[in-house]
Amino acid sequence: MAASARWNHVWVGSETGILKGVNLVRKQAVNFTEAAGRPRREEEVSALCWADAAESQILIGCANGTVKSFSTEEGKFLRSRCCPGGEGTFRGLAKHDGCLVTCVESGILRVWPEDSSEHIKELSVGPSVCRMRQDPDRPHIMATGGKENSLKVWDLQTSSREPVFRAKNVRNDWLNLRVPIWDQDIQFLSGSQKIVTCTGHRQVRVYDPASPQRRPVLETTYGEYPLMAMTLTPGGNSVVVGNTHGQLAEIDLRQGRLVCCLKGLAGSVRGLQCHPTQPILASCGLDRVLRVHRLREPRGLEHKVYLKSRLNCLLLSGRDNWEDEPRDPAPVPYEETETDELWDSLVPVVAGAKRKQRPLGAQPGGKKQQALGGPSPVSSL
Amino acid sequence: MARSGEAGGGGEDRRGAKRKAPAESPGEAPEDGATESGAPEQPQPRPAAFPPGFSISEIKNKQRRHFMFVRWKQQQRKEKLAAKKKLKKEREALGDKAPPKPVPKTIENQRVYDETIVDPNDEEVAYDEATDEFASHFNRQTSPKILITTSDRPRGRTVRFCEQLSTVIPNSHVYYRRGLALKRIIPQCISRDFTDLIVINEDRKIPNGLVLSHLPHGPTAHFRMSSVRLRKEIKRKGKEPTQHSPEVILNNFTTRLGHSIGRMFASLFPHDPQFIGRQVATFHNQRDYIFFRFHRYLFKSEKKVGIQELGPRFTLKLRSLQKGTFDSKYGEYEWVHKVCFRISEILVDQSVLKS
Repeated sequence: MAASARWNHVWVGSETGILKGVNLVRKQAVNFTEAAGRPRREEEVSALCWADAAESQILIGCANGTVKSFSTEEGKFLRSRCCPGGEGTFRGLAKHDGCLVTCVESGILRVWPEDSSEHIKELSVGPSVCRMRQDPDRPHIMATGGKENSLKVWDLQTSSREPVFRAKNVRNDWLNLRVPIWDQDIQFLSGSQKIVTCTGHRQVRVYDPASPQRRPVLETTYGEYPLMAMTLTPGGNSVVVGNTHGQLAEIDLRQGRLVCCLKGLAGSVRGLQCHPTQPILASCGLDRVLRVHRLREPRGLEHKVYLKSRLNCLLLSGRDNWEDEPRDPAPVPYEETETDELWDSLVPVVAGAKRKQRPLGAQPGGKKQQALGGPSPVSSL
Repeated sequence: MARSGEAGGGGEDRRGAKRKAPAESPGEAPEDGATESGAPEQPQPRPAAFPPGFSISEIKNKQRRHFMFVRWKQQQRKEKLAAKKKLKKEREALGDKAPPKPVPKTIENQRVYDETIVDPNDEEVAYDEATDEFASHFNRQTSPKILITTSDRPRGRTVRFCEQLSTVIPNSHVYYRRGLALKRIIPQCISRDFTDLIVINEDRKIPNGLVLSHLPHGPTAHFRMSSVRLRKEIKRKGKEPTQHSPEVILNNFTTRLGHSIGRMFASLFPHDPQFIGRQVATFHNQRDYIFFRFHRYLFKSEKKVGIQELGPRFTLKLRSLQKGTFDSKYGEYEWVHKVCFRISEILVDQSVLKS
């Protein structure tokens, strides 16, 4: 258990408060709960993030206002701290400069230092926040957005209470009606200051704080249902979005075109994450299944794992070389026994390998004849 | 003689190959020897010599093509019968040493095991169900109160169906829709303590859809309804259903999705193990179709039961399950029926609601 916790590729948080670690190479899923052991719906996991770049600790934000930290090396929960303030669940968690940054749905963004239960900084972001995201290139920059709460970019190093960048709503539509705002997910594009958002009104928008234009630089729509989650693909040119019907689509940001759709999900997509270098996409949703798709060469579903509760959020480990990791030790001695006929007599001893030998019943017989050679009565005839 | 006449183009002659390949020798003749009742013309019987790559469908003449096809079919049937006889003889000859008969493939045999089937000992699923939206019903904290309505301007069949449905489900009320929006009806229902809302959708004077929404914040299931039979259309039916609460039987709701839907149906009826009255409502799920029947039973002895069908019957197929009350545009769906699943289901035959 302790060693296997490190090998988990995907960590998923569920509505029953259980953190699940999934190993895709061995196709195993393990449940991790606190020391009490029972799942609790009040501790529904609403936000997950890595505590450090080495991915050795995970921060878990629960619905009752506590933030737990979990060690992936040991497979145990380390500590739990209460982060009260504001109503609603956590919409974003981040680690900056040794401090924990949390944002709740009612708009209170707080910075908590490591060993204290008092926050040192508080910002009011606006009501009905749907997502808070940290810029991976500049950890002191946070972006928030929500329902009727336009995209705002905050800098934690300055002491002002105003955002660095506040987005403006697009122009009225063709009926001269105001276009409603509902930013569901935000991502920072690496290498530039641009920000991509996906909205509940089916739009994908790109904003550029460096340009004087506060309105979106690019806007496209996809589908007929609200977009719930978004992630960047390796290469940085496209994003993958998921909507409430379980449709996943990759959208190219240079032209605003749809590149491909991915099939398989039956329920609303709640969490999406793409691997930083390989075209692997993990998705989880309300249909209780974690799916891993491959985006190119060849495009399709790779793994599907049924986890019994509704899944809220996920974290994909950024490790490379997944396929090189060892599988179960059982197949390795199996290959040795098939070539050496003496081991056949020892089959009852190795109980696990015996099962696997049955389909190869014909082969050892054939090899026996070849091995015995000339003097054998069978081959001489 | 007659052959040249045929080459001229006799309609009676069915030997299409001769006209198709005049260079070929009359190889067709011996096969026709049996069917031809006219003068025996062909002296040398030879096996059929069609040009390679020729298929019966290339014959342009419909009558001849049909004739060739019928003959080919008869031949196939003969060969198959001969093969079967041979196999049977071999089996008898071998006696006890014969290999066991191969098991025929059926739909049920070919099913791939569905991993979402609920294990009764599973703790996580048990906890999930103990704390879901229906828990208060199964803990006897709330008793069901149902509102039945239809789409706007229902016609006679749907109205009668709603009335009959309200006699089947205890504590249910039928209201005329009056063109009101469901999203406005739902808060009013919640304030009047309704626990469930049923909307029967009608198309061209027959009911064809059902939306079942559990009320405080519960899931909403959208079904397609077919084969609706009203009480007067049921043969050998019993008398009217009485006011007693019926027993509920849920068959084959084995997967996780099936469990949710099964609980949804069970929460329509009062949860009371002391049954009075011998009425039973059955929801039988087979291959993703849910069959509803309403019977009155009588135990004639320990093992023998007599049942009388009362009440309406209908068939449902789940189209989507949405988390939250009815909001088809902005709601989050827990399960949506997708055609690509249907295709893989046909190939592998795996149903979603049952094993």
